[in-house]
Amino acid sequence: MSDKQFVLRNVSHAFGAVKVLNGVSLEIGRGEFIAIVGPSGCGKTTLLNLLSGHFAPTSGSVERNGRPRMVYQEDSLFPWWTVDENISLGLRKVAQNGEREGRIRELLRLIRLEGFGKHYPHQLSGGMRQRVELARALAGDRDTLLMDEPFSALDYLERLRMRRELARILEERSHTVALVTHDIEEAAQLADRVVVLSERPAQIRRELRIHARRPRSVTDPEVVRAAGVILTELGIEGDAKELASPLK
Amino acid sequence: MFPLVTFAALTLLWTLVWRAGVFHQSALPSPAAVWRAFAEEIRNGRLATDLTASLFRVTLGFFLAVALGMPVGLWMGRSLRARLALLPVVNFFRNLSPLAWIPFAILWFGVGDSPAVFLILMAGFFPVALATMAATAGIPEVYFRVAEAHGIRGVERLFQVTLPAIMPEMITMLRVTAGLCWLVVVAAEMIAGRDGLGFAVMDSRNGLRTDLLVAEMIVIGAIGVLIDRVLMRLTRIPSVRWAYER
Repeated sequence: MSDKQFVLRNVSHAFGAVKVLNGVSLEIGRGEFIAIVGPSGCGKTTLLNLLSGHFAPTSGSVERNGRPRMVYQEDSLFPWWTVDENISLGLRKVAQNGEREGRIRELLRLIRLEGFGKHYPHQLSGGMRQRVELARALAGDRDTLLMDEPFSALDYLERLRMRRELARILEERSHTVALVTHDIEEAAQLADRVVVLSERPAQIRRELRIHARRPRSVTDPEVVRAAGVILTELGIEGDAKELASPLK
Repeated sequence: MFPLVTFAALTLLWTLVWRAGVFHQSALPSPAAVWRAFAEEIRNGRLATDLTASLFRVTLGFFLAVALGMPVGLWMGRSLRARLALLPVVNFFRNLSPLAWIPFAILWFGVGDSPAVFLILMAGFFPVALATMAATAGIPEVYFRVAEAHGIRGVERLFQVTLPAIMPEMITMLRVTAGLCWLVVVAAEMIAGRDGLGFAVMDSRNGLRTDLLVAEMIVIGAIGVLIDRVLMRLTRIPSVRWAYER
């Protein structure tokens, strides 16, 4: 098995006459955290759906060695189930009933929601719900998280907290992550590599490595600089070359 | 407290209207006369017999309407073809008063339990199917994607995802439908009954017993409220609270 979790070779995808992705080649290594940013409607979510196998590409190939699990942008917890029951959905295929109880406790500790197992999702805050979604995705034997704007419904401070939580959780349980986000700062703060997509039909405009150790502060100079480069790449701020020079 | 005040005020108003002689004595009974009639109906056991007959019919018809209407509604909610094919028919019959079926109910089923149950079924089936369809079609697609990703399919998906997702709307639907069925059973028994509360109302009218008539009307209204109260308790089930608290 290769050390690459995903290899996309010259992948294009169209919905009917609308071409969404145009010749995207991308490799994602084991344990790597990549963030995918780009203008809205450019095909970020489509790229994620190709990685998950939900879509097959119109042309090109997708090699998938990882076992991915999706984390959605909307509330996707079942509101009629308790936190415990929602998390145990992720354990369906893995644990025996006796073992499951312990695994759920362990995950609740990981997301710092001990004592909330018997609560229903609507009794929790948005950030707490998002952590339960994370726990459900982490439960079981999957090694890759595909995250589709997971924090976009949260307010700014809660979002900052969730980024720190995610960094901490990944420290404890290493996963490969592909994160789709419109939040440039989030991408720069979390990812090992940021992939910047162009307008539809999307191509990769730029790949940006960020070397600073996680957890990174929003005000970490490398994060600030990377955010600047991405914004410039997206045509929102000044001259790309000038800003990029100290990074690469 | 407040309902009691309202109740007392209404009784007082009734008494005043009766004393003032607005209506002829035979056209409006006094509260006291109604109370005596009520006591008499309980003593001779007729009220219990009629109540049992009506409740039996409404329960049977209601359960049939739900048991047949929900699967059709689920099917229409999940399949576009089923919806296109069946929706016009369902809408047509939903707008046709079930009482229009009374002649056929009698021709086909005679008198007694069967025609009443048939009419209740006709009254309940179409709204049940429609409400179930709307609720099912409105389930966020993400729930099905999550179910699929975790290997929940087929019958398990129906019981673990689809039904729990529509349960709050189904409780509202049950309350509305039960109310409708209760209205229809009284009307059905008036024409195609030999017992039941509807028949009792008709019988009292024929005997010019307005005191009995009002006692029966009060019982009919009270039972309707009681049925709704019982079904409303379903909203206390923990796994449906999300629909009411968020």
